Amino acid sequence: MSPSTIPPLQGTVTVSVPIDHAFRVFTDSIHTWWPLQYHIGQADMDKPILEPREGGRWYEQGVDGSECDWGRVLAWEPLHRLVLTWQINGQWQYDPNPDHASQIEVRFTPDGPEQTRVELEHRLLDRLVDGQAIREGLQSGGGWTAMLELFAKAAANQE
Amino acid sequence: MGVTRLREDFVSGSLPFVDTYGDAGLGLLGDPSRRAIFELLARRASSVGELAEQLPISRPAVSQHLRVLKDGGLVVSEAQGTRRVYRLNPPCAPGWTASGTTRSGLFRRPPRRPPSTPNKEDR
Repeated sequence: MSPSTIPPLQGTVTVSVPIDHAFRVFTDSIHTWWPLQYHIGQADMDKPILEPREGGRWYEQGVDGSECDWGRVLAWEPLHRLVLTWQINGQWQYDPNPDHASQIEVRFTPDGPEQTRVELEHRLLDRLVDGQAIREGLQSGGGWTAMLELFAKAAANQE
Repeated sequence: MGVTRLREDFVSGSLPFVDTYGDAGLGLLGDPSRRAIFELLARRASSVGELAEQLPISRPAVSQHLRVLKDGGLVVSEAQGTRRVYRLNPPCAPGWTASGTTRSGLFRRPPRRPPSTPNKEDR
């Protein structure tokens, strides 16, 4: 068995809003910043949904009423920390096996009263079937930093 | 949607869709009317009438194409009150683009053109 590990992906952004607003926009309002074309379902996505509790589902709702899971909430610690699984494998399919799940940890840290630093790490990619394809796919889209920049823009616009 | 240039990164080396659809998938979407129906269903679950309104083909022809797509496992239908509504199947497996290639995934999928239907949906 190969001992190599797929390196984690990281992203960071500083957003010009207080931490409670940053956390809420990231989670409750994920549909206001997640790009519509970034999804796995066959039908167009209507919106992504993050259920706000440990064990909650993270999934997309299609315009035709279909739902496709992306992962689960492992840790729900407002306002500072969120850990999700990413269970979309290198064939762009959701894998329900928790042993095949990668993890995304998001940390929110105040940087002054009107600023929040948001740091994201996407790790354990080698647990995903063909996790390398996921890593490449994410990186080719600008990676998580590009996604966090969209989040930051939305958070600033919604204040 | 116009003719899509086949790009290498949209044609997957390992083809999981073959397990789902077999060779039938490729053949079924070779017909331009079926591709158009497939593309419309990706934007909204629809009845025969709703599809026919948006396409230059008759209702009976739409019904026939839907029957073929249903037999091939590419669409499913359910009753919604008095309507029978069709949607893409399977909902979450890597599927077909209108050009007949597999989608390679979320960060390389081309965005669809916004639908130009007369009735705007509330968001």
